[in-house]
This record gives sequence, structure tokens and C-alpha cells, in this order.
Amino acid sequence: MTIIKPHSVLDAAKVASCLRETFRTGRTRPSNWRLEQLHAIVKLIEENEDEICRALFADLHKPRHEALTMESLVVTASAKHAIKNLNKWRAPVKKETPYIVWPASAFILPEPLGVAFVIAPWNFPFLLAVDPVIGAIAAGCTVCLKTSEVTPATSELLSTLVPKYLDNDAIKVVEGGVPEVTALLEQKWDKIFYTGNPKVGRIVMGAAAKHLTPVTLELGGKCPVFIDDTVDLQLASRRIMAGKYGSNSGQACISPDYILVEEHLAPKLIKQFRSTLVEFFGEDPRTSKDLSRIVNKNHFQRLSRLLDDPATADRIVHGGERDEDSLYIAPTLIEDPALDSPIMADEIFGPLLPIITVRNVNAAIDLINDKPKALVVHLFSTNKDYVKMFTEETSSGGLVMNDCIMQFIVPELPFGGVGESGTGAYHGKASFDTFSHFKSIFNKSQSGRFAKLRPYGVCVL
Amino acid sequence: MTTTSLALAGLPIVTPDHSSQFVLRRNGTACHGRIAFPTRVVAGLVRAGRGYAFSVQGDLELQLRRRSCNFGRGGKESVGVSQASAADVVVVKDDMKVGGRSADHGDERVLQLVAEVREAYMTMRTKPAEWRVQQLKGLLRMVIESESEIVEALYADLGKPAHESYMSEISLVKSSCKLAIKELKKWMAPQRVSGSMITFPSSASIVAEPLGVTLVISAWNFPFLLSVDPLIGAISAGCAVVLKPSEVVYATPALLAKLIPLYMDNSVIRVVEGGVAETTLLLEQKWDKIFYTGNPKVGRIVMAAASKHLTPVTLELGGKCPVYFDRSANLKVGLRRIAQGKWGNNNGQACISPDYILVDESIASELVDNLKEIIETFYGKNPISSTNLSRIVNTKHYLRLISFLEDPQICSKIVHGGERDEKKLYIAPTLVCDALMDSFLMSEEIFGPILPIIKVQGEQEAIDIINARPKPLAAYVFTTNKAVEERMVKNVSSGGMVVNDTVMHFVNPGLPFGGVGESGMGSYHGKFSFDAFSHKKAVLYRTSLGDFPARYPPFTTKKQNFLRCVLDGDYIGAILSLTGLKK
Repeated sequence: MTIIKPHSVLDAAKVASCLRETFRTGRTRPSNWRLEQLHAIVKLIEENEDEICRALFADLHKPRHEALTMESLVVTASAKHAIKNLNKWRAPVKKETPYIVWPASAFILPEPLGVAFVIAPWNFPFLLAVDPVIGAIAAGCTVCLKTSEVTPATSELLSTLVPKYLDNDAIKVVEGGVPEVTALLEQKWDKIFYTGNPKVGRIVMGAAAKHLTPVTLELGGKCPVFIDDTVDLQLASRRIMAGKYGSNSGQACISPDYILVEEHLAPKLIKQFRSTLVEFFGEDPRTSKDLSRIVNKNHFQRLSRLLDDPATADRIVHGGERDEDSLYIAPTLIEDPALDSPIMADEIFGPLLPIITVRNVNAAIDLINDKPKALVVHLFSTNKDYVKMFTEETSSGGLVMNDCIMQFIVPELPFGGVGESGTGAYHGKASFDTFSHFKSIFNKSQSGRFAKLRPYGVCVL
Repeated sequence: MTTTSLALAGLPIVTPDHSSQFVLRRNGTACHGRIAFPTRVVAGLVRAGRGYAFSVQGDLELQLRRRSCNFGRGGKESVGVSQASAADVVVVKDDMKVGGRSADHGDERVLQLVAEVREAYMTMRTKPAEWRVQQLKGLLRMVIESESEIVEALYADLGKPAHESYMSEISLVKSSCKLAIKELKKWMAPQRVSGSMITFPSSASIVAEPLGVTLVISAWNFPFLLSVDPLIGAISAGCAVVLKPSEVVYATPALLAKLIPLYMDNSVIRVVEGGVAETTLLLEQKWDKIFYTGNPKVGRIVMAAASKHLTPVTLELGGKCPVYFDRSANLKVGLRRIAQGKWGNNNGQACISPDYILVDESIASELVDNLKEIIETFYGKNPISSTNLSRIVNTKHYLRLISFLEDPQICSKIVHGGERDEKKLYIAPTLVCDALMDSFLMSEEIFGPILPIIKVQGEQEAIDIINARPKPLAAYVFTTNKAVEERMVKNVSSGGMVVNDTVMHFVNPGLPFGGVGESGMGSYHGKFSFDAFSHKKAVLYRTSLGDFPARYPPFTTKKQNFLRCVLDGDYIGAILSLTGLKK
């Protein structure tokens, strides 16, 4: 395999045609090939755990613990889950046939969509690059993986390691930025899987429309948390703070973006948040080993602007310290910034956490529904009525009660957004599905005898 | 009748100085043209969406013009003056200016309608199962009570035989609606899934929620079925719907615009009639789902428009659906099923009708002879006068099909049929043998009664030919040889595949119906229709139990080992690492 570096001229057409040729040979179809590649991914991670952690530390100052438990180990678990379930996922599903067409049989057979293009983001540059590739491989697709240029160390590591472990003609890593993505998006793909922001999501889908290519868009959004006084505040606070600051310092698409809380509870909650932050990261969080840094200067300045905004600046109740040289921003709590301030307009994607007081649960739901649909809505409450209200009256990619982030690692739950937070979903079987076409097969007997379910199982394909 | 008396009768005033496009329907055929007011004989003016249907009392002089009937020219050609009488239906199209309203006002009306629908949707009236069932029952009642009107409209639009209208449109809608009513509660029920050890104890489920305000754009070839069937999916999922029927046919869309408000909740289920201008305007709005049935060219436009609002799309497109006929297949049974699938379905104007036959060389001449015989049995010696054949939808499509036949590469290869009647827009079932693979006929979707037959040497050549083209919506294989069947199923990628029959996968609600690649994306029918309009929300419910400190900073090696074991599914290791026995 040739590794395409940003400084070399990328021949996007050649990458796509080479992958298509491989797909046409049919070698990615047998389960054997798929299992081999999945095992190779597990091996890649096992043998290079330290390198992966080092690259993530270089890119994001990501603590080793976080690199392991939120990136490499999750990918390993995902690959193992696919290995374990592949034959089950591939099996044709038999369907009833109406009596008017008797005798006949009907079933649904998954087949690979073809040549897939995966575009990875920078915030979890290893996990969000390799996890979709696992789905593509499980489905029997060939894949072009475009790693993020914002995190060069992980990107380079992937482009060195992948050719060493995986089938070079079927799985290619391309490094590069906007020009490379643009050139690649012009090619015909059979599936595009993009993780990133809604603005680029629109560009990706617009480009896909030219070739009628289906897309999965994993985008972000402002993920709200509503908390009431029926929960154990200390526990809730730990889970929220871990969800926000323990996952890439808030630079995660599912980290809590803002808190909604009833007025009477707000002072107590803020006090609890503060003590949890001290418990987690000490009196001076900068010395903590467990806090990621901001990815680069651009994002640092973007977050600084949010903090310096007059509507926000005098509302900071905790944190607010920053250091541009080390790209450090302390975990920062902001009480009641104006609802029309910039911090409440766009996704924050950093360690700033506004706490908005609301009159009651209905006001909270209205506020959530006034914003574009989020990737996840969190509710901390044991009140059954609230659970019902949030389930039925809010719309979001996922809904998590009394925890944060955890839905991401349940393989049976499809992970994806709705509306502004994306279309399509993955994880577990959903990953396999997103790269598969489900072909309907209808088999009518010509001679009038029973037509039995054909053995189109894994053995023949 | 003067404008004053029209106003008195409570009807819109037709101002005398405006002219408009119209369609005159007479004995099932349609003429397009422009009408110049003043009209002197308008007896009743029935509003139907954005068009107005006139019943004519006495005679109305109409100037008929054929619109853009020749390729490339697109000019208007005057073909004479006709008298409309009471037996005719005249539908004046949407750019008619009524009561001094301007065309811009029409735009505003569409925008207002969309805003109204979204506002009504926000009240959450569509969410309860009761509302959905009520609407579906209303729809079912509409179909049952208006059956004869639907049959008439389909006959007016496409000369569709009543039997065919019943079989391929009405009955399918009815069964689809009944299935949705019966299964709705089951479809709506949250699906419990197992959690993972790291989240123990927890309950995880997948909850279906309506995507929101949706746009359904339907096609002209099955103007009733392809409008109402997606509507059933949208209603079952609890979505609000704006339905834009095709502008290529008139009677069915007008009927839908008339009937739907009578039977269903008009605040969230609306019909907008109109052509390219209205569709463009609609596509600029923000939708939560767009469901389009039509061709790949417009499919691209729809998806590009959807991308501006990140709207998910289902695109039901077409393609050249191949038939491979193996020498092992039963010739008589197989060909009957092909003939029925081709000509018995809107005279080949269906997205899943067989487009071409690839036949094993050794039986090719036998196949052609048999097929001729079957055509004669089905449609008589003179098929263009058969009452069992639909006609071509309009002059434009008629001329498109004729240009296939008049292609010098093709016309010498017609072995059967080829008869036509431009006035009645009929083309007989036509067989073309050995058409060149690079001919116009073999590179475009035919969408009409012409059936090319290509000789191949065995299934491998057939597979190569099929795979050299864009992925079709359906592929048909006729064989009793298991090995051949398996090779076709394994090697041909298409939306759906039918062995030893045609079209049948469409009527099976257990099978998802939809294309892949150039033939579309997404699918529907049965529960898949519900899914097409639903978002599957992942819901995880955790309690305060089962909290372990390993999740929280400050992190230690012990915490790391514990989490490693948990993520790895190594439960014993996890417990050991907690006790410090495993490092």
C-alpha cells in the first residue's frame, strides 16, 4: 500500500479506483477475510498500545487512562463484538409470505454496499477513525479512511500501522486536510461515513448527492442536562463532571454542554460541582494528570472569546484560568449566562459549562426544544413522570437517564443523531447495517412444490 | 354568466383578461393548452389544490396547443380549435390567476401552508397511537368509499384498466393500511436491548419517535399507490406530511387533493399540487424527512436540496431491471410471469417492470416464439385496441419511446409488435432481438412496452452484463438450477431480487422495498415504512446503584486495570483487579 502524505500530490481517483477494483474481485466478501481483518485490528491495538497512548498525548495531552478507556480499549471491544457476532449479522432473515403468492419464500440478505469512505474527526482521533472501519470491514466493504489533519501524531501513527496489519488493497489510510477531502469527495463512493460538525456535514451530503451515495453523518450539538432534587447530588455531580471533563476536557460530541436546573437547587448544585472538581483534579487542576488540553490555538481562541464575552465574563463562578502556551483552560462553571449569548448559541466543545436556572421542568423542555435537536439529552431524576416527559416530549439522538457518556459503550444501542445532530447510526450491529444493503429476495416455486429457504448463508457467500 | 354572478355564487372571480394553461380530458385522453378568458359557460368551479376543475355547461371554445411535444424544439404548436362539452372535464392548471391573485401569492400560500403544518405538528397531536390509527382508518375509508372515483381517475390519467388499478394500486394500499392499523402498537413499542456490564444495572431500549414534518414527492406511473403508500408510513410513524403528487398526470392528484381533507386531519396532512416551480419551492423549506419516488436525475436534486438542512432522504428510483432466463427454467410459466410483470403493470411504465431479458442462447428462439404467443393470448391479435393495456402517459413519453424504436440500430431488430397510435398514445408490446449493448435502448431505462431480448452464453455472461451497468432496483432470475440461482444471488447487487417470478417482492410487506446505488437509498413497505419515517432513539436508564469509582479521576493503575477487564468482558479479572489480586 502507498501511504498518501499531505505533501505528496493525492491522486484521489486512483485511491478510489484501486479500492473499487479490490471490491470487484470479491475477496472482501467471505467471512474469513472479514474476521482476519478484525483480528488484525485487535492485534494492532494490543501490540501498539503505548504508541497509541503516546500519539494521543502528543495531540491532545490526553491522559493515558482516558486514551485507554475511551479510545483503544473501546475499539478492541467493538472489534471483538463484531468478530463474535459476524455470522449472526450476516445470516439471511426469513420473512413471511402472503398466502396469495404461495408457495414461495422470502428473505432479506445483507450485502456490502461497496467502497466506503470514512472521514474521522480530531477529538477522538483513534476511536472515531477505527470504529467505523470495523463496521465497514464487518459488512465486507473496502474502505478509504481519511484521518484528521488536526491531530497529526495519531494520523501518522494510523497511516504507519494500518498497512502493517491490514489488507493494503482493501483498506487505505489517507492523511490530509481540506484539499484532500475535497478531492476525495468528488469520487464515487458507495457509502460515506462522516464524523464532525453540521457545517461540513452539509458539504459532505451535498457532494454525496452527485453520486446518489448514502451517508451516515455523526455530528454534534448542544447536549443538555436537566437535573432535579430527587437524585443523589454527589453521585450525579460525579457522573456529570466525569462526562464533561473526564472525556477529552469537554471536547466530545456527547459531553454535557449546559445544565438546566431549578432555581432553588442551583446554589447547592454549583457547590457540589465545585467540590467534585476539587476531588477529581485537585485545587489546581493544571497540575492534574487527568485533564486533556485544548487541541490547538484556533480552538483555544474560540473558547477564550466565549469566556471574554461580556455576557459570560462576570458570570464565571468557578475556574476560568487559562494559559495559551500550554493550551490549558481550567474546568469552568458559568452561572446563568444570557440565553442569547454566544456561549448558549453554538456547541461549546470545551471545558466551559453554563448552568442555566429554569422555573420548572416544562421550561427546561421548552428550552431544549427551542434549540436544534441534540445528539443526546441527559436527565438526572428518579421522578417517573419526568422520565416519561423527557422520553416523549424531547427529541434527540439518544436519551440518557442518570448518567453521561455511558450509552456510547452499550453495543446494542444504536449511536447517532437526528436532525442537526446527524443522520444514521452505528455501534454493534448498527455498524454492520450502516455499511450494508439489505437485499430482498423473493423465491417463487415454478413447479408448485414448496420452495424452501435457500442456503444463502455464510457458507456460500 | 358574468363575473358578478360568479361572485354571488360564492366562487372565485375569474378576471376576464387572464389566460392560463389547461388540460382537456376527453374519453381518457388529455390535451394540454392555454385557455383565454372570458369564459362564458362556467357552471361550477371546484377547487382542487392549486388547480380548478370546471364542469362545462353548453359549449366552451378552447384553443388547443400542444406543449413541447417534440424533443429539442420545445416550442408551442397550435393544433386547432376544439369544443368542450358537458362530457369533458377541463382542469385549469395552477398558474391561473383567480380573483386578482398573483403567482407570487401562490408562493406565499405554499410557505404559509408549510408553516401551518409545522405549527400544528408542534402541538404533538400526531404522537398518540389513537390519532395515527384514526387517520389510517380515515384513509382506509377513503379508499373503500372512493374506489370507483380512483379507478376513473387512473383511467383518465393512464388509461389504466380497472382490473389493474384494483390489483396494483387500490388493493395494495388497502392491505398496507390494514397492516399498519393492526401492527402499529407493536411497531411503536420500545425495543428492549441488553445493556453492558459497565453500565450495570441499567435498562436500555430503543424508542421510535416521529422524525417530524415530512415531504412526500410521488411519481406519475402509479399516482395513487406511490402517493398514499408512503403517506401510510408517515402517519404510522406520527409524522406530519405534505404530499406533492406528480404534475405529469392530473386527475389522480386532483382527486387526492379533494379526498384527503375530507377523510384525514387537514392540519398536519396536506396535499400541494404543482410542477417544478412548486417542487423547487417546497424543497427549499426545512423538512425532517423527504421521501421521493422518481428518477435518479431528480433524486440527485432532491438529495442536494436536503443536504442544506441535513434532512434524511429516502429515494425510490428506477433503473434497468434485468431478467436472466436460464435454460433450466419452465418456459411457459416463466414467460407468463414476465409478460404480466412487463405489460400488465402500467404497460411497462413501472420502476420494477422487466427492462430487458438475458436469455441462454440455446433457448432464445423458443423463448421469442413463446413470448409472442403469450402476448397474443393476453392482449389479442391487435394489442393496441386491447382494454387490458394502459396507454403511455403523455406525448412526451410516447415520443421518447418511439425514438427508441426509430433508432436505425433498433428498428430492423423488432421481431414482434411495434404498432402504435399517437392519437390514443398506445404502443403495442414490442420485442426487440439482439439490440446492441451500446444502443440508446440498452443504455437508458425503457419505462414502456418495449422489451429487448439479448442472447448470452450462460449465467456468467449475464452477470457480467448486469454488473457493467448501474445497480438496478430489481433483478429477476428464472431457473430451476440451484447453482445458477446461488451465483446470481451472490454476484448481482440490486435493490431486490426475485427468483422465478417478477414484481412479487413488491407485494410482500415483510420485505423492504428500495434500491441501492443508482436505484436509490432507503426502503419502505410494512414495518420498513414506519422505520423510514422514524428516528430510533437510544434510551439508557441508569440508577444510582452500581457506581464504581474507577470511572472517576484521579486515575490510578488499579482503576485502569479494572476498566480494562470490564471493557474486555473479563468479569473475573474485573473482580480480581478490584481486590488488588490482579495487576
